[in-house]
Amino acid sequence: MKASRNPLAALWWVPRGLVFGLMAFFIFGPLFNLLLWTVAEKWYFPHSLPLEYGFSSWAKVFAPRGGAVESLTNSIVVALLTVVVSLLLAIPAGYALARLKLPLRGLILLAFLIPQAFPNLTVYVNVARIFYEIGLNGTIPGVVMVHVSHGLVYAVWIATAAFSAIDAELEQAARNIGAGAMRTFLDVTLPLAAPGLMASAIFVFLESLDEFTGSYFVGAPDVNMLPLLLYTAGAGGNYQIASITALLLLVPSLVFMLIVERFLKADVLSRVGH
Amino acid sequence: MSRRLLGLTLVLPALAVIAFLFILPLIMSAVGAFQVDGAFGWGNFEKTFDLYTKDIVFTVVIVSISTVLIGIASIAIGGYLTLGEHPVAVAILRWLYRWPMFIPFIVVGQILRTFLSKNGMMNNVAINLGLLTPIDAVSFLDWRGIVIAFVWKQTPFVALLVAGAMASINRETIDAARNLGASRLRVLIEIVVPQVGTTLTVGLILSFVTMMSVLSVPLMINAQTPTMLTADIAFRVNSYGDYGVANALGLISLLLASSVAWIYLRASLKERS
Repeated sequence: MKASRNPLAALWWVPRGLVFGLMAFFIFGPLFNLLLWTVAEKWYFPHSLPLEYGFSSWAKVFAPRGGAVESLTNSIVVALLTVVVSLLLAIPAGYALARLKLPLRGLILLAFLIPQAFPNLTVYVNVARIFYEIGLNGTIPGVVMVHVSHGLVYAVWIATAAFSAIDAELEQAARNIGAGAMRTFLDVTLPLAAPGLMASAIFVFLESLDEFTGSYFVGAPDVNMLPLLLYTAGAGGNYQIASITALLLLVPSLVFMLIVERFLKADVLSRVGH
Repeated sequence: MSRRLLGLTLVLPALAVIAFLFILPLIMSAVGAFQVDGAFGWGNFEKTFDLYTKDIVFTVVIVSISTVLIGIASIAIGGYLTLGEHPVAVAILRWLYRWPMFIPFIVVGQILRTFLSKNGMMNNVAINLGLLTPIDAVSFLDWRGIVIAFVWKQTPFVALLVAGAMASINRETIDAARNLGASRLRVLIEIVVPQVGTTLTVGLILSFVTMMSVLSVPLMINAQTPTMLTADIAFRVNSYGDYGVANALGLISLLLASSVAWIYLRASLKERS
Protein backbone atom coordinates (compact mmCIF):
# COMPACT_ATOMS: atom_id res chain seq x y z
CA MET A 1 0.00 0.00 0.00
CA LYS A 2 2.74 2.43 -0.96
CA ALA A 3 0.30 4.44 -3.01
CA SER A 4 -2.07 5.33 -0.19
CA ARG A 5 0.68 7.09 1.79
CA ASN A 6 1.51 9.33 -1.12
CA PRO A 7 -0.44 12.62 -0.85
CA LEU A 8 -0.80 12.66 -4.64
CA ALA A 9 -2.64 9.32 -4.45
CA ALA A 10 -5.88 11.20 -3.75
CA LEU A 11 -5.57 12.67 -7.23
CA TRP A 12 -6.14 9.19 -8.64
CA TRP A 13 -9.77 9.59 -7.63
CA VAL A 14 -10.22 12.09 -10.48
CA PRO A 15 -9.77 9.57 -13.34
CA ARG A 16 -11.35 6.81 -11.24
CA GLY A 17 -14.36 8.99 -10.47
CA LEU A 18 -14.72 9.88 -14.16
CA VAL A 19 -14.58 6.26 -15.33
CA PHE A 20 -16.84 4.91 -12.56
CA GLY A 21 -19.21 7.85 -13.06
CA LEU A 22 -19.49 7.12 -16.78
CA MET A 23 -19.98 3.42 -16.11
CA ALA A 24 -22.67 4.16 -13.52
CA PHE A 25 -24.38 6.52 -15.96
CA PHE A 26 -24.45 3.91 -18.71
CA ILE A 27 -25.59 1.13 -16.36
CA PHE A 28 -28.10 2.96 -14.18
CA GLY A 29 -29.13 5.69 -16.65
CA PRO A 30 -31.23 3.33 -18.80
CA LEU A 31 -32.71 1.73 -15.65
CA PHE A 32 -33.61 5.14 -14.19
CA ASN A 33 -35.07 6.14 -17.54
CA LEU A 34 -37.27 3.03 -17.38
CA LEU A 35 -38.51 4.01 -13.91
CA LEU A 36 -39.36 7.51 -15.17
CA TRP A 37 -41.36 6.05 -18.06
CA THR A 38 -43.45 3.91 -15.71
CA VAL A 39 -44.74 7.01 -13.91
CA ALA A 40 -44.73 9.50 -16.79
CA GLU A 41 -48.18 10.87 -17.58
CA LYS A 42 -46.97 13.34 -20.19
CA TRP A 43 -43.52 13.29 -21.71
CA TYR A 44 -42.65 14.58 -25.14
CA PHE A 45 -39.88 16.26 -27.07
CA PRO A 46 -37.94 18.43 -26.21
CA HIS A 47 -38.45 17.99 -22.46
CA SER A 48 -35.71 16.09 -20.64
CA LEU A 49 -38.05 15.04 -17.84
CA PRO A 50 -41.72 14.04 -17.79
CA LEU A 51 -44.12 16.99 -17.55
CA GLU A 52 -46.59 15.17 -15.32
CA TYR A 53 -46.18 12.19 -13.07
CA GLY A 54 -48.85 9.69 -12.08
CA PHE A 55 -49.91 6.09 -11.90
CA SER A 56 -52.62 6.03 -14.54
CA SER A 57 -50.59 3.64 -16.74
CA TRP A 58 -50.31 1.26 -13.81
CA ALA A 59 -54.08 1.35 -13.43
CA LYS A 60 -54.42 0.70 -17.17
CA VAL A 61 -51.98 -2.21 -17.13
CA PHE A 62 -53.68 -3.89 -14.19
CA ALA A 63 -57.23 -3.18 -15.34
CA PRO A 64 -59.19 -6.38 -16.08
CA ARG A 65 -58.79 -5.90 -19.82
CA GLY A 66 -55.30 -4.42 -19.71
CA GLY A 67 -53.79 -7.81 -20.49
CA ALA A 68 -51.08 -7.61 -17.86
CA VAL A 69 -52.90 -9.73 -15.28
CA GLU A 70 -53.45 -12.49 -17.83
CA SER A 71 -49.85 -12.28 -19.10
CA LEU A 72 -48.44 -12.17 -15.59
CA THR A 73 -50.50 -15.20 -14.54
CA ASN A 74 -49.50 -17.10 -17.68
CA SER A 75 -45.84 -16.22 -17.22
CA ILE A 76 -45.80 -17.32 -13.59
CA VAL A 77 -47.80 -20.52 -14.26
CA VAL A 78 -45.46 -21.42 -17.14
CA ALA A 79 -42.34 -20.60 -15.10
CA LEU A 80 -43.52 -22.68 -12.10
CA LEU A 81 -44.48 -25.63 -14.30
CA THR A 82 -41.13 -25.34 -16.09
CA VAL A 83 -39.35 -25.49 -12.72
CA VAL A 84 -41.36 -28.55 -11.62
CA VAL A 85 -40.81 -30.47 -14.87
CA SER A 86 -37.13 -29.49 -15.08
CA LEU A 87 -36.43 -30.59 -11.51
CA LEU A 88 -38.34 -33.86 -11.97
CA LEU A 89 -36.05 -34.56 -14.93
CA ALA A 90 -32.88 -33.07 -13.43
CA ILE A 91 -32.90 -34.64 -9.94
CA PRO A 92 -32.61 -38.27 -11.15
CA ALA A 93 -30.29 -37.23 -13.98
CA GLY A 94 -28.09 -35.13 -11.69
CA TYR A 95 -27.93 -37.90 -9.09
CA ALA A 96 -26.92 -40.44 -11.73
CA LEU A 97 -24.28 -38.10 -13.21
CA ALA A 98 -22.85 -37.36 -9.78
CA ARG A 99 -22.96 -40.77 -8.11
CA LEU A 100 -23.34 -43.64 -10.59
CA LYS A 101 -20.81 -44.87 -13.12
CA LEU A 102 -22.04 -43.66 -16.49
CA PRO A 103 -20.55 -44.33 -19.89
CA LEU A 104 -19.80 -41.12 -21.86
CA ARG A 105 -20.55 -38.97 -18.80
CA GLY A 106 -18.81 -35.91 -20.26
CA LEU A 107 -20.75 -36.14 -23.50
CA ILE A 108 -24.06 -36.48 -21.65
CA LEU A 109 -23.29 -33.33 -19.64
CA LEU A 110 -22.40 -31.51 -22.87
CA ALA A 111 -25.63 -32.63 -24.53
CA PHE A 112 -27.62 -30.43 -22.15
CA LEU A 113 -25.60 -27.42 -23.29
CA ILE A 114 -26.62 -27.92 -26.93
CA PRO A 115 -29.77 -25.72 -26.73
CA GLN A 116 -27.60 -22.84 -25.47
CA ALA A 117 -24.72 -23.44 -27.85
CA PHE A 118 -26.54 -23.30 -31.18
CA PRO A 119 -28.46 -20.38 -32.63
CA ASN A 120 -31.93 -21.50 -31.63
CA LEU A 121 -34.33 -19.37 -33.64
CA THR A 122 -35.00 -21.83 -36.49
CA VAL A 123 -35.23 -24.63 -33.94
CA TYR A 124 -38.18 -22.89 -32.30
CA VAL A 125 -39.70 -22.25 -35.72
CA ASN A 126 -39.59 -25.99 -36.41
CA VAL A 127 -40.76 -26.91 -32.91
CA ALA A 128 -43.76 -24.68 -33.58
CA ARG A 129 -44.45 -26.66 -36.77
CA ILE A 130 -44.25 -30.00 -34.94
CA PHE A 131 -46.44 -28.70 -32.13
CA TYR A 132 -48.93 -27.38 -34.64
CA GLU A 133 -49.34 -30.89 -36.09
CA ILE A 134 -49.95 -32.47 -32.68
CA GLY A 135 -52.10 -29.65 -31.29
CA LEU A 136 -49.55 -28.34 -28.77
CA ASN A 137 -48.96 -25.01 -30.49
CA GLY A 138 -50.50 -22.10 -28.61
CA THR A 139 -50.97 -24.13 -25.41
CA ILE A 140 -49.36 -23.73 -22.01
CA PRO A 141 -47.91 -27.30 -22.00
CA GLY A 142 -46.30 -26.53 -25.38
CA VAL A 143 -44.61 -23.38 -24.07
CA VAL A 144 -43.54 -25.21 -20.88
CA MET A 145 -41.86 -27.95 -22.92
CA VAL A 146 -39.90 -25.41 -24.97
CA HIS A 147 -38.79 -23.63 -21.81
CA VAL A 148 -37.80 -26.94 -20.19
CA SER A 149 -35.52 -27.82 -23.11
CA HIS A 150 -33.83 -24.45 -22.78
CA GLY A 151 -33.54 -24.37 -18.97
CA LEU A 152 -32.49 -27.99 -18.51
CA VAL A 153 -28.80 -27.17 -18.75
CA TYR A 154 -29.00 -25.09 -15.54
CA ALA A 155 -31.16 -27.67 -13.80
CA VAL A 156 -28.98 -30.67 -14.68
CA TRP A 157 -25.58 -29.01 -14.30
CA ILE A 158 -26.34 -27.40 -10.95
CA ALA A 159 -28.14 -30.51 -9.65
CA THR A 160 -25.14 -32.64 -10.64
CA ALA A 161 -22.81 -30.23 -8.84
CA ALA A 162 -25.07 -30.16 -5.78
CA PHE A 163 -25.15 -33.96 -5.51
CA SER A 164 -21.41 -34.38 -6.03
CA ALA A 165 -20.68 -31.80 -3.32
CA ILE A 166 -22.34 -34.08 -0.75
CA ASP A 167 -20.04 -36.30 1.29
CA ALA A 168 -20.73 -39.88 0.14
CA GLU A 169 -19.86 -41.16 3.63
CA LEU A 170 -23.04 -39.62 5.02
CA GLU A 171 -25.09 -41.74 2.64
CA GLN A 172 -22.94 -44.77 3.48
CA ALA A 173 -23.58 -44.22 7.18
CA ALA A 174 -27.34 -44.19 6.62
CA ARG A 175 -27.09 -47.39 4.57
CA ASN A 176 -24.99 -49.03 7.30
CA ILE A 177 -27.61 -48.49 9.96
CA GLY A 178 -30.18 -50.18 7.74
CA ALA A 179 -31.83 -47.48 5.61
CA GLY A 180 -32.82 -48.55 2.07
CA ALA A 181 -31.48 -46.81 -1.01
CA MET A 182 -34.67 -44.81 -1.58
CA ARG A 183 -34.98 -43.92 2.11
CA THR A 184 -31.35 -42.74 2.16
CA PHE A 185 -31.91 -40.61 -0.91
CA LEU A 186 -35.07 -38.97 0.46
CA ASP A 187 -33.89 -38.46 4.06
CA VAL A 188 -30.18 -37.76 3.63
CA THR A 189 -29.16 -36.87 0.08
CA LEU A 190 -32.11 -34.74 -1.00
CA PRO A 191 -32.16 -32.43 2.06
CA LEU A 192 -28.40 -31.91 1.80
CA ALA A 193 -28.69 -31.04 -1.89
CA ALA A 194 -31.68 -28.74 -1.29
CA PRO A 195 -29.83 -25.36 -1.40
CA GLY A 196 -28.17 -26.25 -4.70
CA LEU A 197 -31.45 -27.53 -6.13
CA MET A 198 -33.09 -24.30 -4.99
CA ALA A 199 -30.45 -22.35 -6.92
CA SER A 200 -31.09 -24.41 -10.04
CA ALA A 201 -34.84 -23.83 -9.61
CA ILE A 202 -34.17 -20.07 -9.46
CA PHE A 203 -32.13 -20.15 -12.66
CA VAL A 204 -34.78 -22.18 -14.48
CA PHE A 205 -37.56 -19.89 -13.21
CA LEU A 206 -35.75 -16.77 -14.46
CA GLU A 207 -34.83 -18.37 -17.77
CA SER A 208 -38.49 -19.23 -18.33
CA LEU A 209 -39.80 -15.85 -17.16
CA ASP A 210 -37.50 -13.97 -19.54
CA GLU A 211 -37.70 -16.29 -22.54
CA PHE A 212 -38.95 -14.44 -25.60
CA THR A 213 -38.14 -16.32 -28.81
CA GLY A 214 -39.74 -19.66 -27.93
CA SER A 215 -42.85 -18.02 -26.50
CA TYR A 216 -43.08 -15.82 -29.58
CA PHE A 217 -43.23 -18.76 -31.99
CA VAL A 218 -44.90 -21.46 -29.89
CA GLY A 219 -47.14 -19.43 -27.56
CA ALA A 220 -48.32 -16.35 -29.45
CA PRO A 221 -50.97 -15.27 -30.04
CA ASP A 222 -52.98 -17.73 -27.93
CA VAL A 223 -50.80 -17.83 -24.82
CA ASN A 224 -49.91 -14.29 -23.80
CA MET A 225 -46.79 -13.92 -21.74
CA LEU A 226 -45.14 -10.87 -20.18
CA PRO A 227 -42.27 -10.62 -22.72
CA LEU A 228 -44.83 -10.76 -25.54
CA LEU A 229 -46.92 -8.04 -23.90
CA LEU A 230 -43.79 -5.92 -23.52
CA TYR A 231 -42.93 -6.46 -27.17
CA THR A 232 -46.39 -5.61 -28.54
CA ALA A 233 -46.78 -2.57 -26.27
CA GLY A 234 -43.34 -1.29 -27.29
CA ALA A 235 -43.99 -1.94 -30.98
CA GLY A 236 -47.22 0.04 -30.66
CA GLY A 237 -45.30 2.98 -29.23
CA ASN A 238 -46.87 2.68 -25.78
CA TYR A 239 -43.69 3.15 -23.76
CA GLN A 240 -45.49 3.50 -20.42
CA ILE A 241 -47.04 0.03 -20.63
CA ALA A 242 -43.87 -1.45 -22.14
CA SER A 243 -41.82 0.05 -19.29
CA ILE A 244 -44.14 -1.21 -16.57
CA THR A 245 -44.00 -4.70 -18.08
CA ALA A 246 -40.22 -4.44 -18.33
CA LEU A 247 -40.10 -3.47 -14.65
CA LEU A 248 -42.22 -6.51 -13.74
CA LEU A 249 -39.67 -8.71 -15.54
CA LEU A 250 -36.70 -6.83 -14.12
CA VAL A 251 -37.50 -6.98 -10.41
CA PRO A 252 -37.39 -10.79 -10.00
CA SER A 253 -34.13 -10.89 -11.99
CA LEU A 254 -32.44 -8.33 -9.73
CA VAL A 255 -33.82 -9.85 -6.51
CA PHE A 256 -32.64 -13.31 -7.52
CA MET A 257 -29.23 -11.93 -8.48
CA LEU A 258 -28.89 -10.58 -4.94
CA ILE A 259 -29.99 -13.77 -3.17
CA VAL A 260 -28.65 -16.49 -5.46
CA GLU A 261 -25.25 -16.46 -3.75
CA ARG A 262 -26.99 -17.59 -0.57
CA PHE A 263 -28.06 -20.82 -2.26
CA LEU A 264 -25.14 -21.32 -4.60
CA LYS A 265 -22.22 -21.92 -2.23
CA ALA A 266 -18.65 -22.05 -3.52
CA ASP A 267 -18.37 -25.83 -2.99
CA VAL A 268 -21.27 -26.38 -5.41
CA LEU A 269 -20.28 -23.56 -7.78
CA SER A 270 -16.77 -24.92 -8.27
CA ARG A 271 -18.23 -28.28 -9.40
CA VAL A 272 -20.63 -26.89 -12.03
CA GLY A 273 -19.85 -28.43 -15.41
CA HIS A 274 -17.50 -31.09 -14.00
CA MET B 1 -30.32 -53.93 -12.44
CA SER B 2 -26.68 -52.97 -12.84
CA ARG B 3 -25.61 -49.51 -11.69
CA ARG B 4 -24.78 -48.52 -15.25
CA LEU B 5 -28.22 -49.41 -16.51
CA LEU B 6 -29.83 -47.67 -13.54
CA GLY B 7 -27.78 -44.56 -14.25
CA LEU B 8 -28.76 -44.50 -17.91
CA THR B 9 -32.43 -44.99 -17.01
CA LEU B 10 -32.26 -41.99 -14.68
CA VAL B 11 -30.61 -39.75 -17.30
CA LEU B 12 -32.66 -40.90 -20.27
CA PRO B 13 -35.86 -38.82 -19.74
CA ALA B 14 -33.85 -35.58 -19.56
CA LEU B 15 -31.82 -36.54 -22.63
CA ALA B 16 -35.01 -37.40 -24.50
CA VAL B 17 -36.29 -33.85 -23.99
CA ILE B 18 -33.12 -32.45 -25.59
CA ALA B 19 -33.30 -34.99 -28.42
CA PHE B 20 -36.95 -34.41 -29.32
CA LEU B 21 -37.26 -30.70 -28.59
CA PHE B 22 -33.91 -29.52 -29.86
CA ILE B 23 -31.89 -31.98 -31.91
CA LEU B 24 -34.83 -33.27 -33.96
CA PRO B 25 -36.05 -29.75 -34.90
CA LEU B 26 -32.43 -28.76 -35.59
CA ILE B 27 -32.14 -31.62 -38.09
CA MET B 28 -35.54 -30.72 -39.53
CA SER B 29 -34.35 -27.17 -40.10
CA ALA B 30 -31.15 -28.35 -41.79
CA VAL B 31 -33.12 -30.69 -44.07
CA GLY B 32 -35.83 -28.08 -44.67
CA ALA B 33 -33.23 -25.61 -45.90
CA PHE B 34 -32.67 -27.82 -48.95
CA GLN B 35 -36.32 -28.53 -49.67
CA VAL B 36 -38.14 -26.55 -52.33
CA ASP B 37 -41.75 -27.64 -52.93
CA GLY B 38 -41.05 -31.14 -51.69
CA ALA B 39 -37.95 -31.70 -53.83
CA PHE B 40 -34.34 -31.19 -52.83
CA GLY B 41 -32.44 -28.29 -54.30
CA TRP B 42 -30.49 -25.10 -53.75
CA GLY B 43 -33.47 -22.83 -54.42
CA ASN B 44 -33.76 -21.54 -50.86
CA PHE B 45 -30.11 -20.57 -50.76
CA GLU B 46 -30.27 -18.78 -54.11
CA LYS B 47 -33.22 -16.76 -52.82
CA THR B 48 -31.50 -16.18 -49.49
CA PHE B 49 -28.33 -14.80 -51.04
CA ASP B 50 -30.38 -12.70 -53.48
CA LEU B 51 -32.39 -11.08 -50.69
CA TYR B 52 -30.22 -11.22 -47.60
CA THR B 53 -26.50 -11.06 -48.50
CA LYS B 54 -26.40 -7.56 -47.05
CA ASP B 55 -27.99 -8.74 -43.81
CA ILE B 56 -25.59 -11.67 -43.53
CA VAL B 57 -22.63 -9.28 -43.78
CA PHE B 58 -24.36 -6.85 -41.40
CA THR B 59 -24.90 -9.62 -38.84
CA VAL B 60 -21.30 -10.82 -39.01
CA VAL B 61 -19.95 -7.27 -38.69
CA ILE B 62 -22.25 -6.32 -35.77
CA VAL B 63 -21.60 -9.50 -33.83
CA SER B 64 -17.85 -9.33 -34.47
CA ILE B 65 -17.57 -5.69 -33.36
CA SER B 66 -19.62 -6.49 -30.26
CA THR B 67 -17.46 -9.54 -29.46
CA VAL B 68 -14.25 -7.49 -29.72
CA LEU B 69 -15.66 -4.70 -27.53
CA ILE B 70 -16.95 -7.22 -24.96
CA GLY B 71 -13.49 -8.82 -24.91
CA ILE B 72 -11.71 -5.50 -24.34
CA ALA B 73 -14.19 -4.36 -21.69
CA SER B 74 -14.07 -7.61 -19.76
CA ILE B 75 -10.26 -7.70 -19.81
CA ALA B 76 -10.26 -4.12 -18.50
CA ILE B 77 -12.75 -4.94 -15.73
CA GLY B 78 -11.14 -8.25 -14.79
CA GLY B 79 -7.70 -6.65 -14.94
CA TYR B 80 -8.65 -3.82 -12.61
CA LEU B 81 -10.30 -6.24 -10.18
CA THR B 82 -7.10 -8.32 -10.13
CA LEU B 83 -4.39 -5.64 -10.29
CA GLY B 84 -6.17 -2.62 -8.80
CA GLU B 85 -4.31 -1.39 -5.74
CA HIS B 86 -6.98 0.66 -4.03
CA PRO B 87 -9.38 -1.67 -2.18
CA VAL B 88 -12.23 0.87 -2.20
CA ALA B 89 -11.98 1.44 -5.96
CA VAL B 90 -11.88 -2.32 -6.57
CA ALA B 91 -14.93 -2.82 -4.34
CA ILE B 92 -16.86 -0.10 -6.19
CA LEU B 93 -16.11 -1.70 -9.56
CA ARG B 94 -16.98 -5.18 -8.28
CA TRP B 95 -20.36 -3.87 -7.12
CA LEU B 96 -20.98 -1.82 -10.26
CA TYR B 97 -20.21 -4.01 -13.23
CA ARG B 98 -22.53 -6.96 -12.61
CA TRP B 99 -25.92 -5.24 -12.73
CA PRO B 100 -26.88 -5.85 -16.39
CA MET B 101 -26.02 -9.57 -16.26
CA PHE B 102 -29.43 -10.94 -15.27
CA ILE B 103 -31.52 -8.35 -17.08
CA PRO B 104 -33.41 -10.14 -19.87
CA PHE B 105 -32.61 -9.20 -23.47
CA ILE B 106 -36.16 -8.04 -24.10
CA VAL B 107 -35.90 -5.57 -21.20
CA VAL B 108 -32.47 -4.45 -22.45
CA GLY B 109 -34.08 -3.75 -25.82
CA GLN B 110 -36.84 -1.68 -24.25
CA ILE B 111 -34.71 0.40 -21.88
CA LEU B 112 -32.01 1.13 -24.44
CA ARG B 113 -34.61 2.07 -27.02
CA THR B 114 -35.79 4.89 -24.77
CA PHE B 115 -32.28 5.74 -23.55
CA LEU B 116 -30.53 5.99 -26.93
CA SER B 117 -33.22 7.62 -29.06
CA LYS B 118 -32.80 11.11 -30.53
CA ASN B 119 -34.59 12.72 -27.58
CA GLY B 120 -33.64 9.99 -25.14
CA MET B 121 -31.91 10.39 -21.83
CA MET B 122 -28.35 10.06 -23.14
CA ASN B 123 -28.69 12.98 -25.55
CA ASN B 124 -30.68 15.00 -23.00
CA VAL B 125 -27.97 14.71 -20.37
CA ALA B 126 -25.29 15.65 -22.92
CA ILE B 127 -27.35 18.69 -24.00
CA ASN B 128 -27.97 19.79 -20.41
CA LEU B 129 -24.27 19.48 -19.63
CA GLY B 130 -23.54 21.66 -22.65
CA LEU B 131 -21.63 18.88 -24.44
CA LEU B 132 -24.04 18.80 -27.34
CA THR B 133 -26.42 21.19 -29.06
CA PRO B 134 -29.98 19.95 -29.65
CA ILE B 135 -29.45 20.16 -33.42
CA ASP B 136 -26.48 17.81 -33.31
CA ALA B 137 -28.34 15.16 -31.32
CA VAL B 138 -28.66 11.95 -33.33
CA SER B 139 -30.51 8.75 -32.64
CA PHE B 140 -28.34 5.75 -31.88
CA LEU B 141 -31.11 3.33 -32.79
CA ASP B 142 -29.30 1.73 -35.71
CA TRP B 143 -26.36 -0.68 -35.86
CA ARG B 144 -24.74 1.24 -33.01
CA GLY B 145 -27.76 0.65 -30.80
CA ILE B 146 -27.55 -3.11 -31.37
CA VAL B 147 -23.82 -3.11 -30.59
CA ILE B 148 -24.39 -1.04 -27.42
CA ALA B 149 -27.20 -3.39 -26.31
CA PHE B 150 -25.03 -6.49 -26.84
CA VAL B 151 -22.00 -5.02 -25.09
CA TRP B 152 -24.16 -3.70 -22.24
CA LYS B 153 -25.76 -7.05 -21.57
CA GLN B 154 -22.92 -9.53 -22.32
CA THR B 155 -19.87 -7.78 -20.81
CA PRO B 156 -20.72 -8.60 -17.17
CA PHE B 157 -21.03 -12.31 -18.00
CA VAL B 158 -17.66 -12.52 -19.76
CA ALA B 159 -16.04 -10.21 -17.19
CA LEU B 160 -17.29 -12.47 -14.38
CA LEU B 161 -15.69 -15.52 -16.03
CA VAL B 162 -12.47 -13.65 -16.83
CA ALA B 163 -12.17 -12.09 -13.36
CA GLY B 164 -12.67 -15.54 -11.82
CA ALA B 165 -9.90 -16.99 -13.98
CA MET B 166 -7.59 -14.05 -13.25
CA ALA B 167 -8.14 -14.45 -9.50
CA SER B 168 -6.82 -18.01 -9.63
CA ILE B 169 -3.53 -17.05 -11.38
CA ASN B 170 -0.37 -17.50 -9.34
CA ARG B 171 0.20 -14.07 -7.74
CA GLU B 172 3.96 -14.53 -7.44
CA THR B 173 4.73 -13.89 -11.13
CA ILE B 174 2.57 -10.77 -11.04
CA ASP B 175 4.27 -9.45 -7.90
CA ALA B 176 7.70 -10.28 -9.28
CA ALA B 177 7.03 -8.36 -12.49
CA ARG B 178 5.65 -5.42 -10.50
CA ASN B 179 8.72 -5.39 -8.27
CA LEU B 180 10.96 -5.32 -11.32
CA GLY B 181 9.18 -2.15 -12.39
CA ALA B 182 6.69 -3.39 -14.98
CA SER B 183 3.65 -1.15 -15.29
CA ARG B 184 0.25 -2.59 -14.44
CA LEU B 185 -0.85 -2.35 -18.08
CA ARG B 186 2.20 -4.33 -19.18
CA VAL B 187 1.63 -6.96 -16.49
CA LEU B 188 -2.00 -7.24 -17.64
CA ILE B 189 -1.15 -7.65 -21.32
CA GLU B 190 1.98 -9.78 -21.05
CA ILE B 191 1.33 -11.91 -17.98
CA VAL B 192 -2.33 -11.98 -16.98
CA VAL B 193 -4.24 -12.07 -20.29
CA PRO B 194 -2.20 -14.93 -21.85
CA GLN B 195 -3.02 -17.08 -18.81
CA VAL B 196 -6.79 -16.55 -19.03
CA GLY B 197 -6.93 -16.96 -22.82
CA THR B 198 -9.03 -20.13 -22.74
CA THR B 199 -11.64 -18.75 -20.35
CA LEU B 200 -11.84 -15.51 -22.32
CA THR B 201 -12.34 -17.36 -25.61
CA VAL B 202 -14.99 -19.68 -24.18
CA GLY B 203 -16.88 -16.70 -22.77
CA LEU B 204 -16.62 -14.80 -26.06
CA ILE B 205 -17.76 -17.80 -28.14
CA LEU B 206 -20.79 -18.32 -25.86
CA SER B 207 -21.56 -14.60 -26.23
CA PHE B 208 -21.13 -14.80 -30.00
CA VAL B 209 -23.67 -17.63 -30.24
CA THR B 210 -26.06 -15.86 -27.86
CA MET B 211 -25.91 -12.68 -29.93
CA MET B 212 -26.53 -14.68 -33.11
CA SER B 213 -29.72 -16.08 -31.53
CA VAL B 214 -31.25 -12.97 -29.97
CA LEU B 215 -34.43 -11.88 -31.70
CA SER B 216 -35.78 -9.23 -29.35
CA VAL B 217 -32.88 -6.74 -29.51
CA PRO B 218 -32.81 -6.30 -33.33
CA LEU B 219 -36.62 -6.27 -33.45
CA MET B 220 -36.83 -3.53 -30.84
CA ILE B 221 -33.80 -1.39 -31.64
CA ASN B 222 -33.39 -1.63 -35.38
CA ALA B 223 -36.02 -3.43 -37.45
CA GLN B 224 -35.37 -1.57 -40.71
CA THR B 225 -32.89 -2.82 -43.33
CA PRO B 226 -30.18 -3.85 -43.04
CA THR B 227 -30.97 -5.87 -39.96
CA MET B 228 -29.86 -9.05 -38.24
CA LEU B 229 -30.60 -12.55 -39.55
CA THR B 230 -32.82 -13.37 -36.57
CA ALA B 231 -35.21 -10.56 -37.51
CA ASP B 232 -35.21 -11.81 -41.13
CA ILE B 233 -36.06 -15.36 -40.05
CA ALA B 234 -38.99 -14.15 -37.94
CA PHE B 235 -40.16 -11.98 -40.85
CA ARG B 236 -39.95 -14.84 -43.41
CA VAL B 237 -42.03 -17.12 -41.16
CA ASN B 238 -44.58 -14.61 -39.90
CA SER B 239 -45.20 -12.67 -43.08
CA TYR B 240 -44.75 -15.27 -45.82
CA GLY B 241 -44.89 -18.65 -44.06
CA ASP B 242 -41.68 -19.22 -46.01
CA TYR B 243 -40.02 -21.95 -43.97
CA GLY B 244 -37.52 -22.83 -46.72
CA VAL B 245 -35.73 -19.48 -46.70
CA ALA B 246 -36.09 -19.23 -42.89
CA ASN B 247 -34.38 -22.60 -42.52
CA ALA B 248 -31.66 -21.61 -44.98
CA LEU B 249 -31.01 -18.42 -42.99
CA GLY B 250 -30.96 -20.52 -39.81
CA LEU B 251 -28.42 -22.91 -41.33
CA ILE B 252 -26.23 -19.97 -42.37
CA SER B 253 -26.22 -18.53 -38.85
CA LEU B 254 -25.48 -22.01 -37.53
CA LEU B 255 -22.50 -22.27 -39.89
CA LEU B 256 -21.27 -18.82 -38.85
CA ALA B 257 -21.48 -19.75 -35.17
CA SER B 258 -19.77 -23.10 -35.64
CA SER B 259 -16.99 -21.63 -37.78
CA VAL B 260 -16.06 -19.39 -34.86
CA ALA B 261 -15.97 -22.40 -32.56
CA TRP B 262 -13.96 -24.28 -35.21
CA ILE B 263 -11.33 -21.53 -35.50
CA TYR B 264 -10.93 -21.64 -31.75
CA LEU B 265 -10.63 -25.45 -31.66
CA ARG B 266 -8.00 -25.45 -34.40
CA ALA B 267 -5.99 -22.72 -32.71
CA SER B 268 -6.00 -24.54 -29.39
CA LEU B 269 -5.06 -27.83 -31.01
CA LYS B 270 -2.11 -26.18 -32.78
CA GLU B 271 -1.00 -24.71 -29.48
CA ARG B 272 -0.90 -28.13 -27.84
CA SER B 273 0.93 -30.00 -30.62
